[in-house]
Amino acid sequence: MNIPSDIRYVSSHEWISLDGDIATIGITDHAQEELTDVVFVELPTVGKAVDAGDPTAVVESVKAASDIYAPLAGTIVEVNPGVEADPSLVNTDPYSSGWIFKIQVKDIEHYYKLMDAAAYKTHIS
Amino acid sequence: MDDGKTHGENEKMGLAMKRCAKLDLSQQGMIVPGFHLIDKLRVPFQACSVSDELKRTPLESAHIALGAKLVPFGGWNMPVQYTSILDEHAGVRNKVGIFDISHMGQFLVNGEGAAPWLDGLLTNKVHALQPGEGQYTLMLNENGGVIDDLIIYRTGENDFFLVVNASMIDEDYAWLSRHLASGVSLINESSAWAGMAVQGPESSVLFADVFPGETLPPRNGISTTSTGAIVCRTGYTGEDGFELFTPASEGVAAWEKFIAAGAKPCGLGARDTLRLEMGYPLNGNDLSPTRTPLEAGLGFFVDLSKEFIGSDVLVEQKAEGPATKLVALQYTEKGAPPRAHYPVQDKDGKVIGEVASGVLSPSLMTGIAMAYLPSGYAKLGTELNVDVRGRLFPAQVVKKPFYKRA
Repeated sequence: MNIPSDIRYVSSHEWISLDGDIATIGITDHAQEELTDVVFVELPTVGKAVDAGDPTAVVESVKAASDIYAPLAGTIVEVNPGVEADPSLVNTDPYSSGWIFKIQVKDIEHYYKLMDAAAYKTHIS
Repeated sequence: MDDGKTHGENEKMGLAMKRCAKLDLSQQGMIVPGFHLIDKLRVPFQACSVSDELKRTPLESAHIALGAKLVPFGGWNMPVQYTSILDEHAGVRNKVGIFDISHMGQFLVNGEGAAPWLDGLLTNKVHALQPGEGQYTLMLNENGGVIDDLIIYRTGENDFFLVVNASMIDEDYAWLSRHLASGVSLINESSAWAGMAVQGPESSVLFADVFPGETLPPRNGISTTSTGAIVCRTGYTGEDGFELFTPASEGVAAWEKFIAAGAKPCGLGARDTLRLEMGYPLNGNDLSPTRTPLEAGLGFFVDLSKEFIGSDVLVEQKAEGPATKLVALQYTEKGAPPRAHYPVQDKDGKVIGEVASGVLSPSLMTGIAMAYLPSGYAKLGTELNVDVRGRLFPAQVVKKPFYKRA
């Protein structure tokens, strides 16, 4: 079970990494393992404003469509065409090429209040 | 005759079981030798699960050992997948997979009047069946709507074996009982049997491995193995294969032999993607008590030269042509997979129906679906849209099956 230590997590199994005020979001290794075959990713529209906890994207497996939530408030600035073209990247490379969308974050300090790797590890055990 | 070994295995499985007696293979007068389940001395098998909420098949311990993801399905605790639905689907298309179908129902019908009685309740030609042969058929209500689809096998001049959907066992049995004719006996054997479907191009090779020297029945045929297992040369995947029924206490051993011989364990997820690629209907999604087999496109399995419950409605409907039809739709572009109840729109944005069954086809890697639409939209090539959470994805009416072996 891969839980990178230098990023943050939310209880709904999204990971967030911050670079300046741009947060990149995807789903965790635990989440993709539970979902198994991701066959479709519905990306948000660039420019959309989101609040923390808003359903923002959808990741679909064969049997179910799962909402992916914005962990922080802000504006969608980029989405990943890679997972649109090849949804299986969410399974094979969830923390890198399987990223889903990027938010320009309103309040960076909220990032540091999110679960760290140790807390997420506890959450999923 | 208590078998200590069986008792031990049952303990290990965590279930309290009553013993299932051996089949009487010496019944005289049977044209299919060895096949008869009626034995006056037989003790019916009962599985008493630890939890009374979900029913558990005799193979459950095997699924747990294989790491299956188990989910409730129609009151049963069933494996939806073991590794990945896409993998399992491909495994069946390319090689061989095995499915637990123990939850399905089995009825025995016997008696001199059995064939005409069944012909009065089922749509297909029971009278045309020779002993050893089976056919797909439907049981209708008085409105011509579908109660259940099932496979009926003739095992003797006056003997029939029916395999029905798990979700409909009680209702089917009640309906048949209510209409029972004198001189015909009906027995619900559903809890006595473990069942497994072995499906894929290498399924006959696997049969030869597990039952050396024995032959599979021909397509749609039924026979018994030397060990008393029932073999039906049918399936729900579009691949060559068979469905095997053993006394419940022998199910795990049979299952493990097929796994050891190379069958990939497959769950309900792959079972659904495989059947939908073939355009096979699922009762509850594509069939219902308010839809006739003619609307469902199953006229091939309906013999309107005989009378059966619902036939009068169908005769009228055939003359006029059904007003709605179960239509096969395939996405023309990449899109979010179609799923049951998603609205279907015509190109003017009018909602004309909803998806009955839908999935991303693993073989085609595109969305496929079936939907009841007004017959005017049933023409091949008709362009429509599927509404997935407010987004429209274009689809086209196509001919079934969606998947054709190259």
